[in-house]
Amino acid sequence: MSRTLTYRGYQPVLSAKARAVPIVSTMIGSLLPALAPMIAQGPVLPPFGLMVLLAWRLLRPGFWAVWAPLPLGFFDDLVSGQPVGSAMLCWTLAFLAIEASERSVLWRDYVQDWMVAAAAIAGCLVGGYFLALFAGGAAPILAIVPQIIASTLLFPVVARLCARLDVWRLR
Amino acid sequence: MARPSNRRPGYSRRAQYGLFFGYVAAVSGAAIALLLLILSAVDPNGFGALKGAISDATLPITAGGRWVVQRSSDAGGSIGSYINAAGHVRQLQAEAKENQTKLIEARALAFENARLKRLLGITERGTRPVAVARLVGSTGSSIRRYAILNAGYLNGVRSGMPVRGPGGLVGRIASAGAISARVSLITDGGMIVPVRRVPDGTPAIATGTGDGLIDIRALGAENTTFRRGDVFVTSGAGGVYPPNVPVAIINRVTRESFFARPVSDPAALDFAIVEPVYQPQVEVQRRILPPLPGQ
Repeated sequence: MSRTLTYRGYQPVLSAKARAVPIVSTMIGSLLPALAPMIAQGPVLPPFGLMVLLAWRLLRPGFWAVWAPLPLGFFDDLVSGQPVGSAMLCWTLAFLAIEASERSVLWRDYVQDWMVAAAAIAGCLVGGYFLALFAGGAAPILAIVPQIIASTLLFPVVARLCARLDVWRLR
Repeated sequence: MARPSNRRPGYSRRAQYGLFFGYVAAVSGAAIALLLLILSAVDPNGFGALKGAISDATLPITAGGRWVVQRSSDAGGSIGSYINAAGHVRQLQAEAKENQTKLIEARALAFENARLKRLLGITERGTRPVAVARLVGSTGSSIRRYAILNAGYLNGVRSGMPVRGPGGLVGRIASAGAISARVSLITDGGMIVPVRRVPDGTPAIATGTGDGLIDIRALGAENTTFRRGDVFVTSGAGGVYPPNVPVAIINRVTRESFFARPVSDPAALDFAIVEPVYQPQVEVQRRILPPLPGQ
């Protein structure tokens, strides 16, 4: 396994597999809640697509372009039941916010990454909640609180999984 | 760990432009997303073809998973049935004896009903179901409540058709793909079903709350109150839903509203029946019925 250090402005040449793995894994994450063989009576499953996307973003800060959440969010909207455009908007804003936070904070550790992901997930779920209300849905805001807690607690597992996938894709 | 600095392009013009255009694309994309949101507020079933194609493609996995869950829970149920079987049998026998008289009464009523209808010249065509299929999945991460049905356009399912389970109303078709369809459950916040209370027929409106319950609001008189255990069926008003399909039973009464749980529990649901859109035949009946004596 060989890794090259990148220097300013230089993007390493990646194989098709190394490029595809983060994209495909995010899309599979988006599909997971719809694939679960159950009829949910509330938002009980975490937004796996967003969690995988954030895990890759925090693991490999240079991999995603800033506009990458737009097509991935569009796909997520098509399968998640949210109004089309909600994940596109929320995920892109989350990416821009993470980008802005990295301007000021130079050093990061594991717990900080986790907190950033938790804030992004909570922001996207609350944003998605209000956008779904705007598009004609209804639910008490308390309905998404367990979802936020569950996805925050589950994020390290997803991040670990992405790290495994990262080793595999760059092999 | 320090962040890699590839978001700081340094003196390379090309890298600077690339980064700049990335931000331009992200911001203009966010603006397009806003436009799409307004569009989906106007037309919630937009991109129906794309949504249908994706749910068609993933249907084998979902349906397979549902099958496995069904079988394993069936196995648990069968083992459970053996425990206290004698008690169950005794209880059921007692119930059967009780029901016998009621059944005879109901048969007599049905006969009389048919006779009266014949007298009035009302012919009621029994609606034949469009499709009978399984609900295989749902949107578990969103606050919108959609389920995925294992039948689509090729089976005759069209958007807007009512869906009922063996127990009662389940929802209506939101969009149909080729072999799968998306069902808006009655617990979804965007669903409104005109209902009436049985047996007195007090009209009400049932709205989903998005968390598995249904909010029942009385129409007309302000002082109408419902009690715990009141049963509501569809009234058939305004079409779409056929009348007399059980919808909800009130289980929580608060000061300002009445919350009910759906009669058919989709989580336990095996099959769902898609029916054609109900069109009330008011005009036809008016022509056939004789004028009231007072007029």
